[in-house]
Amino acid sequence: MTDTAPVIHDRSAFDALAEAVPMLRVAEREARVWRRFWRTSALTSVLMPLLFLGAMGVGLGGLVDDNRSSVEGVDYLVFVAPGILAATAMQAAAGESLWPVMAGMKWIGTFHAAAATPVSPPDVFGGRLLWIAARHAMTASAFVVVAALLGAIPSPWGVLAVPAAVLTGQAFAAPLSAYAGGQDSDIPFPLIMRVGIVPMFLFSGTFFPVDQLPDWLEPVAWVSPLWHGVELCRGATTGSLGVASAAGHTAFLVGIVAGGCWWGARTFTARLAP
Amino acid sequence: MSTAVAMLGPRRALRVVEHNARAYLRMWPVFVSGFLEPAFYLFSIGIGVGELVGDLPGPGGSPISYKLFVAPAMLATSAMNGAVFDTTFNFFFHFKYAKTYDGMLATPLSVRDVARGELTWAMLRCGLYATAFLVTMWALDLTPSGWSVLALPAALLIGFGFGGVGMGLTTYMRSFVDFEYVTLAIVPLFLFSATFFPLSQYPAALEWVVRISPLYQGVALERALILGDMGPELLLHTAYLGAVGWFGLRVAGRRLGSLLQP
Amino acid sequence: MPDPPDSSGAPLIEAKALTKRFGEYLAVDGVDFAVQRGEVFGFLGPNGAGKTTTMRMIACVSPITDGELRVLGMNPMTDGSAIRARIGVVPQDDNLDTELTVWDNLVIYGRYFGLPLAQIRERATELLHFARLDDRRTSRVDPLSGGMKRRLIIARSLINRPELVLLDEPTTGLDPQARHLLWERLYRLKREGVTLVLTTHYMDEAEQLCDRLVIMDDGRIVAEGSPRQLIERYCTREVVELRFALPEQQEAAIARLGAVGDRVEPLGDRVLVYTSHGDEALTRATGDGIQPDSVLVRRSTLEDVFLTLTGRTLDE
Repeated sequence: MTDTAPVIHDRSAFDALAEAVPMLRVAEREARVWRRFWRTSALTSVLMPLLFLGAMGVGLGGLVDDNRSSVEGVDYLVFVAPGILAATAMQAAAGESLWPVMAGMKWIGTFHAAAATPVSPPDVFGGRLLWIAARHAMTASAFVVVAALLGAIPSPWGVLAVPAAVLTGQAFAAPLSAYAGGQDSDIPFPLIMRVGIVPMFLFSGTFFPVDQLPDWLEPVAWVSPLWHGVELCRGATTGSLGVASAAGHTAFLVGIVAGGCWWGARTFTARLAP
Repeated sequence: MSTAVAMLGPRRALRVVEHNARAYLRMWPVFVSGFLEPAFYLFSIGIGVGELVGDLPGPGGSPISYKLFVAPAMLATSAMNGAVFDTTFNFFFHFKYAKTYDGMLATPLSVRDVARGELTWAMLRCGLYATAFLVTMWALDLTPSGWSVLALPAALLIGFGFGGVGMGLTTYMRSFVDFEYVTLAIVPLFLFSATFFPLSQYPAALEWVVRISPLYQGVALERALILGDMGPELLLHTAYLGAVGWFGLRVAGRRLGSLLQP
Repeated sequence: MPDPPDSSGAPLIEAKALTKRFGEYLAVDGVDFAVQRGEVFGFLGPNGAGKTTTMRMIACVSPITDGELRVLGMNPMTDGSAIRARIGVVPQDDNLDTELTVWDNLVIYGRYFGLPLAQIRERATELLHFARLDDRRTSRVDPLSGGMKRRLIIARSLINRPELVLLDEPTTGLDPQARHLLWERLYRLKREGVTLVLTTHYMDEAEQLCDRLVIMDDGRIVAEGSPRQLIERYCTREVVELRFALPEQQEAAIARLGAVGDRVEPLGDRVLVYTSHGDEALTRATGDGIQPDSVLVRRSTLEDVFLTLTGRTLDE
């Protein structure tokens, strides 16, 4: 079993990269699993937001546009599209960060398998986030293309909505994965979805401007990572965001991602190498 | 003898209801939060977006606020939510993994009883959600018509319809991956059943597609009752929901037998 | 990857006063042992003895609380990743990737080591053959039997051509046929020069596979040596097991059995008499008027060693 003369094999560029960066090896595992279901997965993750865009942007939008000349300066379809983009990133991130992390940590134990190799616990955490980011980049791009074709993205800055959406997704994936990694049971998960994610989805400026909220509720929207993500995406698609505001929103989201990563590295190390 | 057994039938099914009730009592926060989602939609889209929409033409041409338009649709949705989860996801989990039914079937319970029992439970849950939602609507002054009291039995009918169909379809599923299809089906139903905008917003050619949606039938029924817009179409909605529910239940009852005792 | 010089005489694993504490709970209490290259080394003991915890420290997935540990000449606290690159691990709980096929499980595990894909593919084909799973290449993991899953996990642990393989309770939960097949595969590994370290609570496994072993109880090592040495040192050659119909008969017999053998060990359901010649001891006992319900004369096993040292059986 032990080699006396090592056999030299050709290394592809990805092989060399994966050897250097352990996190990529974990992301590769996620990619392989995804490859088996990619058609259904792509269908759901691209179709769902487009359905929302159709229903809310066009169907509901028709009613709004009959009543008002504009919402924050634009047609309702243009107003709602970036909201849906950012919100979809959030929903997808939540779905990827709760139950699948529980499965990897406890139910199936694939994280433990990875941690027995040169891959370290923080690599396992980071690799998952990397893959989530890659997936979001794909689905966000698809959404932006279709939305643009529907006339929902007037500004050429709209391409920046894709990284904005990815960042929004990470701002949920990082803390939620860290949280789920430390849990022993999935019983709180549906609660988090219904009492955390869904209200955030509905009240963070996705479907109506936050200044319509009662005064006492408005500050709550400002701490919602989704609101920051929506502002960034909307600023990009309508070309109406100033540099200072953009920097502020980005900094907020990056801060959450950083905090989530710190928490996640700690939790994963504690669970995988106690 | 056979009459006695026939009379005992539905009562035995109550054992299944009891089993579910116990399980949920332990997880009551999850149970309660199931009602919250449509409520959130009511506040967000109904009221929040409602400000942007203004008034819509109501029955008889007089304007109604947008939130009054949306509320009955959310009521119907909460009834659907109440029934669907238990008769699909939970139902599948029970008969495939937890072997819950194997234990029950070792007693005098029959497969039909199990199916009826699960549906009864789903309807109970849906009734609870619908009651809570109706009370919320009443508190928000969104139940103008006296016919609104019928909204609760209508909700149970919606639960029956979706529950039956849900169970019937679930007996065809092979693994959890198939549940992606449930989500794939529910979301378009939710968005496109005249829930957030009226049928008149659709191109005429697509109107019939919306009409076949069971959620549309439920939404139309609830909207008519809440607004007091009575007419013969209500019989149609009722019949439709009853029929799909009954049909789904029969399919489930038949297939469950061969699935559990091959 | 660093490849520190390893003189062939140095032990592959060396532990001195190795300790592991989880908060208040002391799982491993200052153990010393050394594992030589090419041997099959065992940790034998009941559940909760600290065997798995020790293995996890060797596998560099659990930091040491106190003492010293060297694996392949390196320090797990600083070179964990480098050590893990050169060892193979067969965990107690199956953590196969049920979302991937048998083949993909091997490939992705190999990728975790940063090995190039072409090399992994070659290796995986070899390993499927070694594990007698060639026809299961594209199968999902779920439908495999317990024994097949175990063989797959062992195959997986070899993807990086490790010098050292750690196996935690490798045959627990398997039927006898699966166990024997697994032992046979492990023998093959040993013949090819791989060092194996395993934990077990099965004395037959320890006796059959291990060149040397330590007996652990309550976080401490209570004995060390080859199976034969341990039996010779702590036990007589043979044992006579006597079962009595009634407890009073057992009580009465115990007093008189003392004269018959070297040592008498009463258990709940039988009495063990340790002696170098079982048949003779039995003859003396029956001659003395003792009338047992059933009798068994057998050779001593590691279970008897454990009983002698700790007063408990391995199952308790």
